[in-house]
Amino acid sequence: MANKFSGVDFYDMDSLLSEEERAVRDTVRTWVDEQLMPIIGDAYVEGKFPEQLIPQMAELGFYGANLPERYGCAGLNNVSYGLIMQELERGDSGIRSFASVQGALVMYPIHEFGSDEQRDHWLPRLASGEDIGCFGLTEPDYGSNPAGLITTAREDGDGWVLNGTKMWITNGSQASVAIIWAKTGEISDPASIRGFIVPTDTTGFAARDQKGKLSLRASDTSELILEDVRVPASALLPKSSGVKSPLMCLTQARYGIAWGGIGAAMACFEESVSYSQNRIMFDRPIAQTQLQQERLANMLTEITKAQFMTLQLGRLKDAGTMTPFQVSLAKRNNVNMATECAREARRLLGANGILAEYNSMRHMANLESVYTYEGTHDMHTLILGQKITGLSAF
Amino acid sequence: MKLAVCLKRVPDTTAKIVIGSDGASIDETGVKFVPNPFDEFAIEAAIALKEAAGDGETVVYSLGGDASKETIRTALAMGIDRGVLLQTAGSQDGLEIAKALAAELKDQDFDLILFGKLAVDNYNYQVGPMTAELLGLPCITSLAHLSVADGKVEGEREIEGGMETSTCQLPAVLTCDKGLNTPRLPSLKGIMAAKKKPLEEKPVELGAGTFEVLGLELPPERKAGKIVGEGADAVPELVNLLRNEAKAI
Ligand SMILES: Cc1cc2nc3c(=O)[nH]c(=O)nc-3n(C[C@H](O)[C@H](O)[C@H](O)COP(=O)(O)OP(=O)(O)OC[C@H]3O[C@@H](n4cnc5c(N)ncnc54)[C@H](O)[C@@H]3O)c2cc1C
Repeated sequence: MANKFSGVDFYDMDSLLSEEERAVRDTVRTWVDEQLMPIIGDAYVEGKFPEQLIPQMAELGFYGANLPERYGCAGLNNVSYGLIMQELERGDSGIRSFASVQGALVMYPIHEFGSDEQRDHWLPRLASGEDIGCFGLTEPDYGSNPAGLITTAREDGDGWVLNGTKMWITNGSQASVAIIWAKTGEISDPASIRGFIVPTDTTGFAARDQKGKLSLRASDTSELILEDVRVPASALLPKSSGVKSPLMCLTQARYGIAWGGIGAAMACFEESVSYSQNRIMFDRPIAQTQLQQERLANMLTEITKAQFMTLQLGRLKDAGTMTPFQVSLAKRNNVNMATECAREARRLLGANGILAEYNSMRHMANLESVYTYEGTHDMHTLILGQKITGLSAF
Repeated sequence: MKLAVCLKRVPDTTAKIVIGSDGASIDETGVKFVPNPFDEFAIEAAIALKEAAGDGETVVYSLGGDASKETIRTALAMGIDRGVLLQTAGSQDGLEIAKALAAELKDQDFDLILFGKLAVDNYNYQVGPMTAELLGLPCITSLAHLSVADGKVEGEREIEGGMETSTCQLPAVLTCDKGLNTPRLPSLKGIMAAKKKPLEEKPVELGAGTFEVLGLELPPERKAGKIVGEGADAVPELVNLLRNEAKAI
């Protein structure tokens, strides 16, 4: 039997969750214990996404779980959705990334900006894992500033022709379909950005695995090259308009990442507690030293604070009143918090802390990607700064 | 095929148990409750048998208070068709529980009535076979393997040093052991669907019974382990300690 993760719940947050929310959380938690934990260390070292997990996650309904049942999705509320992300990231940020991209960055834009035909065709296939999606926004020269992107889509006869290069695309090589963001008008005009659904076997489309990653190694990160990629008119997401459309997708994904950070932090805390109780040095467990207790107390405090903030964020999202600024605050705080917990946990574990057999250093390295993607920590600082002062510093 | 599963709500096996002030029950505050793990094998078996048969009905019964509804809904989320809560404050007396279940289950034409071989809270191994006896049905206990064909059930059970194969006619009562199957997780869609499945509540009166738990005691705390080294190099020291300190070999 796999080890059972029992979570971190110092303030009885469970009492604020519904029975259904707890049941969802428990299903994902058990799945992570049984299916992911036994293989993730090796997958990470090999630098391979564990593909055998894709159908299992589909079967249990992890993809686009907050989208409606009529598309084969679970129709959960956003707190449940967040708890799924928390539990997946407790396992590994790469696995959570896979599910985030599929749900929040591929299914969400098709649901939000797509036609009825596009929804009916793609959503059930993405929910069932028959199709795997990726989200192409970032470019080699446009990371934090996606509005500047230079990939183009030009109308040509009864379709569109796309040209450009996308960088750092999660699931890029595995994907059968890509959501590509491109400018349909002047390069200087971010309002002309639109989304396209591009099957990755379309002529002119190529994906190249990003080699040499020291973070998020159990995740596929690729470069996408689009050379005269011709798609029919029906590939355009009709309701996408301007850079705010991809930003709306990012808000969805960042919301999930805010939960995910808590999961990674919990994993590191749990590992630290158990290791410190078992590791005897100077004839006593290291848990019986003030320095290590301070580490543990800090972790527990930060995790607990993040839990309540993020639960309330979820309640606001379910009430329909959540703002992107609130999401920025939670993404920024929680990922930074998790990064700190992971680093402290790794240190507490001493030499063992650098091994793939333990989880903390894997989380620590993963979280550096999470810190950078979906809006860097800095960019969220600037977004909040602008919100507070009314003055944009970027 | 019509299949019944009897299900008990029990403390999670990883829960830290605190004994209540009466010294004879556990303090439930802060304890997470789950479906009895052995009953999950029964749930899985019932769902799989119905799937294999292509039609039929699976019904889960649980005896307990309101909190047991959550446990029943877990079974519904796994795929059981409907649930019945036999509402009572409960009893420690296995026979009284078996009587209430038998009264409910009789004349319902179930082909199979499935239990876990024991409930992990009190380890009595009683309620399944007692219910069978009260219903006048054959019973195979502690099943590790199960097949149903031509109105008969064939079961294998692990016995000391080997396996025993036995068979009986349907209808029958079975109690399930670890290894019978791998219970499925409730899928997220299953969790949503469970909210819409029928869950009937029926008050039942339990007899006073004759059985009483007098006291509970926690096992003595285990002493911390000792790591003597790693890999082959550690073997001589380990043997030395086992021989001279633990006197185990
Ligand atoms: C593993 C991984 C997976 C990813 N997956 C995807 C994906 O699926 N799809 C996708 O489209 N993208 C993806 N990305 C890209 C990611 O969103 C970008 O890397 C991110 O937006 C940052 O862009 P950049 O790397 O170009 O950094 P830059 O924008 O060049 O930033 C470099 C540094 O400068 C800082 N900086 C930038 N602008 C300012 C400013 N105005 N003021 C102060 N500081 C500033 C940043 O905070 C950062 O510290 C992924 C990235 C990684 C690492």
